[in-house]
Amino acid sequence: MQFFGGGSSLTSVAPEASPAPSAPPGTGTGANAQVLYVFNRGGVCLLYREWHRPLRTLDPTQDQKLMFGLLFSLRSFTAKIDPTTAEKGNLGVPLLPGQGCSFYSFKTNTYKLNFLESPSGIKLILITHPRTGDQRVTLKHIYNLYVEYVVKNPLYAPGTPIKCDLFNKHLDQYVKTLI
Amino acid sequence: MPPPAAPKSGDALFASVERVNAELFTLTYGAIVRQLLTDLEEVEEVNKQLDQMGYNIGTRLVDEFLAKSNVSRCADFKETADVIAKLGFKMFLGVTATVTNWDAEGTSCSFVLEDNPLVDFVELPDTCQGLQYCNVLSGVIRGALEMVSMKTEVTWVRDMLRGDDAYEMRVKLTKQVPEEYPYKDDD
Repeated sequence: MQFFGGGSSLTSVAPEASPAPSAPPGTGTGANAQVLYVFNRGGVCLLYREWHRPLRTLDPTQDQKLMFGLLFSLRSFTAKIDPTTAEKGNLGVPLLPGQGCSFYSFKTNTYKLNFLESPSGIKLILITHPRTGDQRVTLKHIYNLYVEYVVKNPLYAPGTPIKCDLFNKHLDQYVKTLI
Repeated sequence: MPPPAAPKSGDALFASVERVNAELFTLTYGAIVRQLLTDLEEVEEVNKQLDQMGYNIGTRLVDEFLAKSNVSRCADFKETADVIAKLGFKMFLGVTATVTNWDAEGTSCSFVLEDNPLVDFVELPDTCQGLQYCNVLSGVIRGALEMVSMKTEVTWVRDMLRGDDAYEMRVKLTKQVPEEYPYKDDD
């Protein structure tokens, strides 16, 4: 299981480089959403979009694997220490997508990572400014966009990286409307 | 920000999706089956091909269903079957199915359809007696459930085109496949 080992360097170096978007939320510059990842259940990164990312520590494939590994482990972990459910499996037992409680964000002093996973295993990760509110509605909207422009596209082979211009265009337009 | 919406009911779902003319749908499907029969000639081959097409449709359909209906993970196969019968069939075909004949372990059940838009105006000729005309539906269910980590087998038990009184398909859950960490620990 991979834990977020490389990430701690990211959060400690970032404040010196340059913090998350210069505009605080509420100024409506559309610069809030910084990075978006979309993974499927096999760990294939279907989409990686960045709108504002001052610091890159790893090359893209490593970065994506790390992100997927983190979320896989984090989801398993949060489900296992859930104090409200009676049944607890062992920590090593893999989970079904959507089973157990679903975590939906974590926040550091420089960024907030928002997460949505569908029961079919599609994981959406949006990194934003730390003071943004609950982004579940945003992520649901992006999931709807994914369904409309990617899933319904007959030229798209499921499980491969997304190369649909219409999806990218609508995504960019939608992201601009986010504060 | 308000929390995500609660799951919608079958009728609300059906009203919220874009609909297509029923006859267009039926006739298009009929044309597909007709063409497959001409191209493949063997009825068994056509059945397999319909199932494969259904499987491909199902793997994509499930995301649309999950996005539009807001259902979260079903706790067990019984709940899954109810969701498919009430919401799934309603959303995509406009008809509700009933779930019956549960076996003792709760892993196998039947979906009964009184009304099936795929088969309006259809009669099977004598040369196509082995044809499972609605086999695409079994493929769709199999494909969709596989994307939510349930491996199933779907067979047709009753078929109105063969003289029975309703359409019944038997769905058996063979395995629940949990997610595995896909990368080898090589770095």
